Amino acid sequence: MQERNQRVRFEQLILPHLDAAYNLARWLTHNDQDAQDMVQESCLRAFRFFQGFRGGDSRTWLLTIVRNTCYTWLQQQRANEFTVPFQEELHDVECDTENPETLHLRHIDQQKLRTALETLPVEFREAIILRELEELPYREISVITHVPLGTVMSRLARGRKWLQRYLAAHMNEEE
Amino acid sequence: MDCTEARRLLHAYLDAELDMADTLAVEQHLQTCPACLEIYNNYQALQTAIKTNSLYFQAPEMLQKRIRTSVRKANQAAFVARVTSWSGLSVAAVLIFALLLSLWGFTRFWPNSSGGNSLAQEVLASHVRSLMANHLVDVPSSNQHTVKPWFNGKLDFSPPVVDLTAQGFTLIGGRLDYLDNQPVAALVYKRREHIINLFIWPSAQNIGSETDTNTPQGYHLLHWTKSGLTYWAASDLNLNELQQFVRLIQDST
Ligand SMILES: [Zn+2]
Repeated sequence: MQERNQRVRFEQLILPHLDAAYNLARWLTHNDQDAQDMVQESCLRAFRFFQGFRGGDSRTWLLTIVRNTCYTWLQQQRANEFTVPFQEELHDVECDTENPETLHLRHIDQQKLRTALETLPVEFREAIILRELEELPYREISVITHVPLGTVMSRLARGRKWLQRYLAAHMNEEE
Repeated sequence: MDCTEARRLLHAYLDAELDMADTLAVEQHLQTCPACLEIYNNYQALQTAIKTNSLYFQAPEMLQKRIRTSVRKANQAAFVARVTSWSGLSVAAVLIFALLLSLWGFTRFWPNSSGGNSLAQEVLASHVRSLMANHLVDVPSSNQHTVKPWFNGKLDFSPPVVDLTAQGFTLIGGRLDYLDNQPVAALVYKRREHIINLFIWPSAQNIGSETDTNTPQGYHLLHWTKSGLTYWAASDLNLNELQQFVRLIQDST
Protein backbone atom coordinates (compact mmCIF):
# COMPACT_ATOMS: atom_id res chain seq x y z
CA MET A 1 0.00 0.00 0.00
CA GLN A 2 2.11 2.84 -1.26
CA GLU A 3 -0.51 5.49 -0.47
CA ARG A 4 -1.03 4.26 3.06
CA ASN A 5 2.67 3.92 3.88
CA GLN A 6 3.33 7.32 2.40
CA ARG A 7 0.70 8.89 4.61
CA VAL A 8 1.84 7.06 7.75
CA ARG A 9 5.43 8.11 7.11
CA PHE A 10 4.32 11.67 6.49
CA GLU A 11 2.36 11.77 9.74
CA GLN A 12 5.28 10.35 11.70
CA LEU A 13 7.76 12.84 10.25
CA ILE A 14 5.64 15.97 10.13
CA LEU A 15 3.08 15.87 12.95
CA PRO A 16 5.71 15.99 15.73
CA HIS A 17 6.58 19.50 14.49
CA LEU A 18 3.05 20.86 14.71
CA ASP A 19 3.87 23.05 17.71
CA ALA A 20 6.84 24.58 15.88
CA ALA A 21 4.71 25.17 12.79
CA TYR A 22 1.88 26.70 14.79
CA ASN A 23 4.16 28.87 16.90
CA LEU A 24 5.81 30.37 13.81
CA ALA A 25 2.48 30.86 12.02
CA ARG A 26 0.96 32.38 15.15
CA TRP A 27 3.77 34.91 15.45
CA LEU A 28 3.61 35.75 11.74
CA THR A 29 -0.18 36.10 11.46
CA HIS A 30 -0.83 37.55 14.95
CA ASN A 31 -3.92 35.41 15.53
CA ASP A 32 -5.00 31.86 16.29
CA GLN A 33 -7.52 31.14 13.54
CA ASP A 34 -5.32 32.33 10.67
CA ALA A 35 -2.37 30.51 12.19
CA GLN A 36 -4.34 27.25 12.25
CA ASP A 37 -5.39 27.76 8.63
CA MET A 38 -1.77 28.46 7.64
CA VAL A 39 -0.57 25.28 9.34
CA GLN A 40 -3.28 23.17 7.76
CA GLU A 41 -2.58 24.55 4.30
CA SER A 42 1.16 24.09 4.85
CA CYS A 43 0.70 20.46 5.88
CA LEU A 44 -1.36 19.77 2.77
CA ARG A 45 1.32 21.39 0.62
CA ALA A 46 3.99 19.45 2.45
CA PHE A 47 2.06 16.24 1.84
CA ARG A 48 1.73 17.03 -1.85
CA PHE A 49 5.48 17.63 -2.11
CA PHE A 50 6.37 14.83 0.26
CA GLN A 51 7.89 12.63 -2.44
CA GLY A 52 10.28 15.50 -3.15
CA PHE A 53 11.45 15.52 0.47
CA ARG A 54 14.93 14.02 0.36
CA GLY A 55 15.39 13.49 4.05
CA GLY A 56 17.21 15.98 6.22
CA ASP A 57 15.60 17.97 8.98
CA SER A 58 11.83 17.60 8.66
CA ARG A 59 11.24 20.49 11.08
CA THR A 60 13.23 22.90 8.90
CA TRP A 61 11.44 21.59 5.83
CA LEU A 62 7.99 22.10 7.35
CA LEU A 63 8.91 25.53 8.77
CA THR A 64 10.11 26.66 5.34
CA ILE A 65 6.71 25.76 3.87
CA VAL A 66 4.85 27.40 6.77
CA ARG A 67 6.88 30.56 6.37
CA ASN A 68 6.26 30.70 2.59
CA THR A 69 2.55 30.09 3.09
CA CYS A 70 2.35 32.82 5.72
CA TYR A 71 4.24 35.31 3.55
CA THR A 72 1.91 34.71 0.61
CA TRP A 73 -1.01 35.29 2.94
CA LEU A 74 0.58 38.36 4.51
CA GLN A 75 1.22 39.89 1.10
CA GLN A 76 -2.46 39.47 0.27
CA GLN A 77 -3.66 40.65 3.68
CA ARG A 78 -1.54 43.60 4.53
CA ALA A 79 1.21 44.68 2.21
CA ASN A 80 2.35 47.21 4.77
CA GLU A 81 3.77 44.45 7.00
CA PHE A 82 6.69 44.61 4.60
CA THR A 83 7.55 48.28 4.89
CA VAL A 84 10.41 47.93 7.28
CA PRO A 85 10.73 51.13 9.30
CA PHE A 86 14.50 51.09 9.31
CA GLN A 87 16.90 49.99 6.64
CA GLU A 88 18.62 46.91 7.90
CA GLU A 89 21.37 46.76 5.30
CA LEU A 90 22.45 50.41 5.59
CA HIS A 91 22.58 50.60 9.34
CA ASP A 92 25.19 48.21 10.52
CA VAL A 93 25.50 46.65 13.92
CA GLU A 94 28.59 48.52 14.99
CA CYS A 95 26.82 51.87 15.21
CA ASP A 96 25.70 50.60 18.59
CA THR A 97 26.22 53.94 20.26
CA GLU A 98 23.32 54.16 22.70
CA ASN A 99 24.28 54.57 26.29
CA PRO A 100 24.11 51.05 27.69
CA GLU A 101 23.73 52.30 31.27
CA THR A 102 20.19 53.38 30.48
CA LEU A 103 19.13 49.87 29.60
CA HIS A 104 18.83 47.89 32.79
CA LEU A 105 16.67 45.12 31.45
CA ARG A 106 17.03 42.70 34.30
CA HIS A 107 13.32 42.53 35.05
CA ILE A 108 11.45 42.35 31.80
CA ASP A 109 7.69 42.43 31.95
CA GLN A 110 6.19 39.56 29.96
CA GLN A 111 3.28 41.52 28.51
CA LYS A 112 5.58 44.30 27.33
CA LEU A 113 7.95 41.83 25.79
CA ARG A 114 5.07 40.13 23.98
CA THR A 115 3.83 43.47 22.67
CA ALA A 116 7.36 44.44 21.64
CA LEU A 117 7.72 41.21 19.66
CA GLU A 118 4.29 41.66 18.05
CA THR A 119 5.30 45.16 16.99
CA LEU A 120 8.68 44.12 15.60
CA PRO A 121 8.77 44.12 11.77
CA VAL A 122 8.12 40.67 10.38
CA GLU A 123 11.62 39.94 9.01
CA PHE A 124 13.18 40.57 12.40
CA ARG A 125 10.36 38.91 14.31
CA GLU A 126 10.70 35.63 12.45
CA ALA A 127 14.47 35.59 13.00
CA ILE A 128 14.00 36.11 16.75
CA ILE A 129 11.23 33.48 16.98
CA LEU A 130 13.25 30.86 15.11
CA ARG A 131 16.40 31.61 17.09
CA GLU A 132 15.09 32.09 20.65
CA LEU A 133 11.92 30.00 20.74
CA GLU A 134 12.79 27.28 18.23
CA GLU A 135 16.50 27.43 19.14
CA LEU A 136 17.56 26.89 15.55
CA PRO A 137 21.14 27.54 14.40
CA TYR A 138 21.79 30.37 11.91
CA ARG A 139 22.21 27.84 9.11
CA GLU A 140 18.63 26.54 9.49
CA ILE A 141 17.21 30.05 9.89
CA SER A 142 18.99 31.01 6.70
CA VAL A 143 17.33 28.10 4.87
CA ILE A 144 13.85 28.86 6.22
CA THR A 145 13.95 32.61 5.58
CA HIS A 146 15.85 32.46 2.25
CA VAL A 147 18.59 34.90 3.28
CA PRO A 148 22.39 34.51 3.69
CA LEU A 149 23.95 33.74 7.07
CA GLY A 150 25.26 37.31 7.41
CA THR A 151 21.73 38.66 7.03
CA VAL A 152 20.45 36.25 9.69
CA MET A 153 23.07 37.63 12.06
CA SER A 154 22.33 41.26 11.23
CA ARG A 155 18.57 40.72 11.51
CA LEU A 156 18.99 39.18 14.95
CA ALA A 157 21.22 42.07 15.98
CA ARG A 158 18.83 44.71 14.66
CA GLY A 159 15.81 42.91 16.05
CA ARG A 160 17.28 42.62 19.53
CA LYS A 161 18.37 46.24 19.51
CA TRP A 162 14.89 47.23 18.45
CA LEU A 163 13.35 45.18 21.28
CA GLN A 164 15.69 46.73 23.83
CA ARG A 165 14.83 50.22 22.70
CA TYR A 166 11.14 49.44 22.84
CA LEU A 167 11.40 47.96 26.33
CA ALA A 168 13.56 50.83 27.57
CA ALA A 169 11.11 53.37 26.16
CA HIS A 170 8.13 51.64 27.77
CA MET A 171 9.84 50.65 30.98
CA ASN A 172 8.19 53.26 33.19
CA GLU A 173 4.67 52.91 31.86
CA GLU A 174 2.15 51.52 34.33
CA GLU A 175 1.84 47.74 34.34
CA MET B 1 40.09 42.77 18.94
CA ASP B 2 38.67 46.29 19.20
CA CYS B 3 35.19 47.40 20.28
CA THR B 4 33.89 47.72 16.73
CA GLU B 5 34.81 44.16 15.87
CA ALA B 6 33.63 42.84 19.24
CA ARG B 7 30.21 44.45 18.84
CA ARG B 8 29.89 43.16 15.30
CA LEU B 9 30.40 39.61 16.58
CA LEU B 10 28.50 40.00 19.84
CA HIS B 11 25.27 38.39 18.63
CA ALA B 12 26.97 35.47 16.97
CA TYR B 13 28.89 35.04 20.23
CA LEU B 14 25.66 35.16 22.22
CA ASP B 15 24.20 32.48 19.93
CA ALA B 16 27.31 30.27 20.12
CA GLU B 17 27.76 30.56 16.35
CA LEU B 18 31.43 31.65 16.36
CA ASP B 19 34.37 29.40 15.78
CA MET B 20 36.85 28.74 18.57
CA ALA B 21 39.27 31.55 17.66
CA ASP B 22 36.59 34.26 17.45
CA THR B 23 34.89 32.99 20.59
CA LEU B 24 38.13 33.33 22.54
CA ALA B 25 38.83 36.77 21.06
CA VAL B 26 35.39 38.07 22.03
CA GLU B 27 35.71 36.55 25.49
CA GLN B 28 39.05 38.23 26.01
CA HIS B 29 37.65 41.55 24.89
CA LEU B 30 34.67 41.29 27.24
CA GLN B 31 37.02 40.63 30.15
CA THR B 32 38.83 43.91 29.56
CA CYS B 33 36.06 46.19 28.26
CA PRO B 34 33.24 47.08 30.68
CA ALA B 35 31.31 48.99 28.00
CA CYS B 36 31.04 45.99 25.67
CA LEU B 37 30.38 43.70 28.63
CA GLU B 38 27.42 45.84 29.67
CA ILE B 39 25.96 45.67 26.17
CA TYR B 40 26.50 41.94 26.11
CA ASN B 41 24.85 41.46 29.53
CA ASN B 42 21.81 43.40 28.40
CA TYR B 43 21.41 41.29 25.27
CA GLN B 44 21.86 38.16 27.30
CA ALA B 45 19.15 39.31 29.73
CA LEU B 46 16.86 39.97 26.79
CA GLN B 47 17.57 36.54 25.33
CA THR B 48 16.87 34.85 28.66
CA ALA B 49 13.64 36.80 29.04
CA ILE B 50 12.38 35.76 25.61
CA LYS B 51 13.21 32.11 26.23
CA THR B 52 11.73 31.95 29.70
CA ASN B 53 8.69 34.14 29.33
CA SER B 54 6.49 31.41 27.86
CA LEU B 55 6.06 33.22 24.58
CA TYR B 56 5.83 29.90 22.77
CA PHE B 57 2.40 29.19 21.31
CA GLN B 58 1.45 25.52 21.62
CA ALA B 59 -0.72 24.17 18.82
CA PRO B 60 -4.37 23.76 19.88
CA GLU B 61 -5.38 20.15 20.54
CA MET B 62 -7.86 20.02 17.68
CA LEU B 63 -5.33 21.11 15.07
CA GLN B 64 -3.59 17.76 14.81
CA LYS B 65 -6.90 15.95 14.33
CA ARG B 66 -7.96 18.48 11.72
CA ILE B 67 -4.72 18.03 9.80
CA ARG B 68 -4.82 14.24 9.95
CA THR B 69 -8.34 14.34 8.52
CA SER B 70 -7.50 16.71 5.70
CA VAL B 71 -4.36 14.79 4.76
CA ARG B 72 -6.36 11.55 4.70
CA LYS B 73 -8.98 13.14 2.45
CA ALA B 74 -6.34 14.56 0.11
CA ASN B 75 -4.66 11.16 0.01
CA GLN B 76 -7.88 9.32 -0.86
CA ALA B 77 -8.75 11.86 -3.55
CA ALA B 78 -5.30 11.53 -5.11
CA PHE B 79 -5.55 7.75 -4.93
CA VAL B 80 -8.96 7.56 -6.58
CA ALA B 81 -7.86 10.03 -9.25
CA ARG B 82 -4.77 7.95 -9.97
CA VAL B 83 -6.61 4.65 -10.17
CA THR B 84 -9.30 6.18 -12.37
CA SER B 85 -6.74 7.55 -14.78
CA TRP B 86 -4.95 4.19 -14.88
CA SER B 87 -7.78 2.13 -16.19
CA GLY B 88 -10.85 4.23 -16.77
CA LEU B 89 -12.79 1.98 -14.39
CA SER B 90 -16.18 3.12 -13.26
CA VAL B 91 -16.25 5.03 -9.99
CA ALA B 92 -18.10 2.19 -8.23
CA ALA B 93 -15.52 -0.34 -9.30
CA VAL B 94 -12.74 1.97 -8.17
CA LEU B 95 -14.30 2.36 -4.75
CA ILE B 96 -14.70 -1.38 -4.29
CA PHE B 97 -11.14 -1.88 -5.44
CA ALA B 98 -9.94 0.76 -2.97
CA LEU B 99 -11.87 -0.88 -0.16
CA LEU B 100 -10.40 -4.30 -0.93
CA LEU B 101 -6.94 -2.80 -1.08
CA SER B 102 -7.36 -1.08 2.27
CA LEU B 103 -8.57 -4.32 3.90
CA TRP B 104 -5.57 -6.07 2.42
CA GLY B 105 -3.46 -3.22 3.83
CA PHE B 106 -4.77 -3.78 7.34
CA THR B 107 -3.80 -7.40 7.39
CA ARG B 108 -0.54 -6.98 5.51
CA PHE B 109 0.86 -3.98 7.27
CA TRP B 110 1.60 -5.82 10.50
CA PRO B 111 3.67 -7.73 11.30
CA ASN B 112 6.13 -5.74 9.27
CA SER B 113 8.18 -7.30 6.57
CA SER B 114 11.53 -6.73 8.26
CA GLY B 115 10.97 -10.08 9.94
CA GLY B 116 12.28 -9.11 13.37
CA ASN B 117 10.14 -10.58 16.12
CA SER B 118 11.59 -9.16 19.29
CA LEU B 119 9.20 -8.47 22.11
CA ALA B 120 9.51 -4.73 21.49
CA GLN B 121 8.27 -5.18 17.93
CA GLU B 122 5.45 -7.37 19.15
CA VAL B 123 4.40 -4.70 21.66
CA LEU B 124 4.62 -1.98 19.04
CA ALA B 125 2.59 -4.06 16.60
CA SER B 126 -0.12 -4.56 19.23
CA HIS B 127 -0.17 -0.87 19.98
CA VAL B 128 -0.47 0.14 16.33
CA ARG B 129 -3.00 -2.59 15.60
CA SER B 130 -5.22 -1.35 18.44
CA LEU B 131 -5.21 2.11 16.87
CA MET B 132 -5.71 1.04 13.27
CA ALA B 133 -8.30 -1.67 13.66
CA ASN B 134 -10.51 0.54 15.80
CA HIS B 135 -10.41 -2.05 18.54
CA LEU B 136 -8.98 -0.04 21.37
CA VAL B 137 -10.93 -1.37 24.33
CA ASP B 138 -13.07 -4.35 25.28
CA VAL B 139 -14.34 -2.60 28.38
CA PRO B 140 -14.75 1.12 27.78
CA SER B 141 -14.71 2.88 31.14
CA SER B 142 -12.87 5.67 32.88
CA ASN B 143 -13.59 4.03 36.23
CA GLN B 144 -10.78 1.89 37.62
CA HIS B 145 -13.29 -0.04 39.72
CA THR B 146 -15.07 -1.15 36.55
CA VAL B 147 -11.98 -1.96 34.52
CA LYS B 148 -10.11 -3.96 37.17
CA PRO B 149 -12.84 -6.57 37.92
CA TRP B 150 -13.49 -6.98 34.18
CA PHE B 151 -10.18 -8.86 33.91
CA ASN B 152 -11.25 -11.37 36.61
CA GLY B 153 -11.46 -14.85 35.15
CA LYS B 154 -9.90 -13.71 31.87
CA LEU B 155 -6.36 -13.59 33.24
CA ASP B 156 -4.62 -15.66 35.91
CA PHE B 157 -3.27 -12.51 37.55
CA SER B 158 -4.83 -9.24 38.62
CA PRO B 159 -3.45 -6.18 36.83
CA PRO B 160 -3.25 -2.97 38.87
CA VAL B 161 -5.52 -0.30 37.40
CA VAL B 162 -4.49 3.22 38.38
CA ASP B 163 -6.63 6.33 38.05
CA LEU B 164 -4.48 9.20 36.72
CA THR B 165 -7.26 11.56 35.63
CA ALA B 166 -6.08 14.24 38.06
CA GLN B 167 -2.62 14.11 36.48
CA GLY B 168 -3.99 14.52 32.97
CA PHE B 169 -3.94 10.90 31.81
CA THR B 170 -7.50 9.74 31.26
CA LEU B 171 -8.31 6.06 31.55
CA ILE B 172 -10.34 4.99 28.53
CA GLY B 173 -10.72 1.30 29.31
CA GLY B 174 -9.15 -2.12 29.16
CA ARG B 175 -8.56 -4.79 26.55
CA LEU B 176 -7.42 -8.36 26.46
CA ASP B 177 -4.36 -8.75 24.23
CA TYR B 178 -1.88 -11.47 23.47
CA LEU B 179 1.87 -10.94 23.86
CA ASP B 180 4.91 -13.06 24.65
CA ASN B 181 2.79 -16.18 24.02
CA GLN B 182 0.27 -15.39 26.73
CA PRO B 183 -2.86 -13.35 27.33
CA VAL B 184 -2.03 -9.96 28.78
CA ALA B 185 -3.88 -6.95 30.14
CA ALA B 186 -3.88 -3.81 28.03
CA LEU B 187 -4.94 -0.62 29.81
CA VAL B 188 -5.65 2.30 27.54
CA TYR B 189 -5.02 5.89 28.60
CA LYS B 190 -5.35 9.10 26.69
CA ARG B 191 -3.28 12.29 26.89
CA ARG B 192 -4.73 15.00 24.64
CA GLU B 193 -5.00 13.20 21.28
CA HIS B 194 -2.38 10.61 22.14
CA ILE B 195 -3.27 7.06 23.08
CA ILE B 196 -1.13 5.14 25.56
CA ASN B 197 -1.33 1.36 25.71
CA LEU B 198 -0.08 -0.06 29.00
CA PHE B 199 0.55 -3.80 28.64
CA ILE B 200 0.87 -5.87 31.82
CA TRP B 201 1.65 -9.53 32.40
CA PRO B 202 3.40 -11.70 35.02
CA SER B 203 7.15 -11.93 34.77
CA ALA B 204 9.50 -14.44 36.36
CA GLN B 205 12.56 -12.32 35.83
CA ASN B 206 13.00 -9.06 37.66
CA ILE B 207 14.91 -6.24 36.06
CA GLY B 208 13.95 -3.87 38.87
CA SER B 209 12.63 -0.47 38.00
CA GLU B 210 14.96 -0.04 35.05
CA THR B 211 13.30 1.59 32.09
CA ASP B 212 14.30 0.77 28.55
CA THR B 213 13.68 3.40 25.94
CA ASN B 214 13.10 2.64 22.32
CA THR B 215 11.88 4.88 19.54
CA PRO B 216 11.04 2.90 16.45
CA GLN B 217 8.98 4.73 13.82
CA GLY B 218 8.10 7.71 16.00
CA TYR B 219 6.69 5.69 18.89
CA HIS B 220 8.12 5.37 22.35
CA LEU B 221 8.22 2.11 24.26
CA LEU B 222 9.06 2.13 27.94
CA HIS B 223 9.58 -1.14 29.72
CA TRP B 224 10.03 -2.08 33.37
CA THR B 225 9.14 -4.81 35.85
CA LYS B 226 7.81 -4.38 39.34
CA SER B 227 6.44 -6.80 41.96
CA GLY B 228 6.48 -9.76 39.60
CA LEU B 229 4.77 -7.97 36.71
CA THR B 230 6.18 -6.85 33.40
CA TYR B 231 5.02 -3.46 32.11
CA TRP B 232 5.27 -2.00 28.62
CA ALA B 233 3.98 1.49 27.85
CA ALA B 234 3.59 2.32 24.15
CA SER B 235 2.59 5.66 22.68
CA ASP B 236 3.37 8.38 20.15
CA LEU B 237 3.28 10.84 23.04
CA ASN B 238 6.51 12.77 23.54
CA LEU B 239 9.09 10.99 25.67
CA ASN B 240 8.96 13.44 28.59
CA GLU B 241 5.26 13.03 29.15
CA LEU B 242 5.38 9.29 28.65
CA GLN B 243 8.14 9.07 31.26
CA GLN B 244 5.98 11.15 33.57
CA PHE B 245 3.16 8.66 32.98
CA VAL B 246 5.48 5.75 33.77
CA ARG B 247 6.67 7.36 36.99
CA LEU B 248 3.07 7.90 38.09
CA ILE B 249 2.26 4.24 37.40
CA GLN B 250 5.43 3.12 39.19
CA ASP B 251 4.61 5.28 42.22
CA SER B 252 1.19 3.70 42.66
CA THR B 253 1.97 0.03 41.98
ZN1 LIG C 1 34.73 47.06 23.83
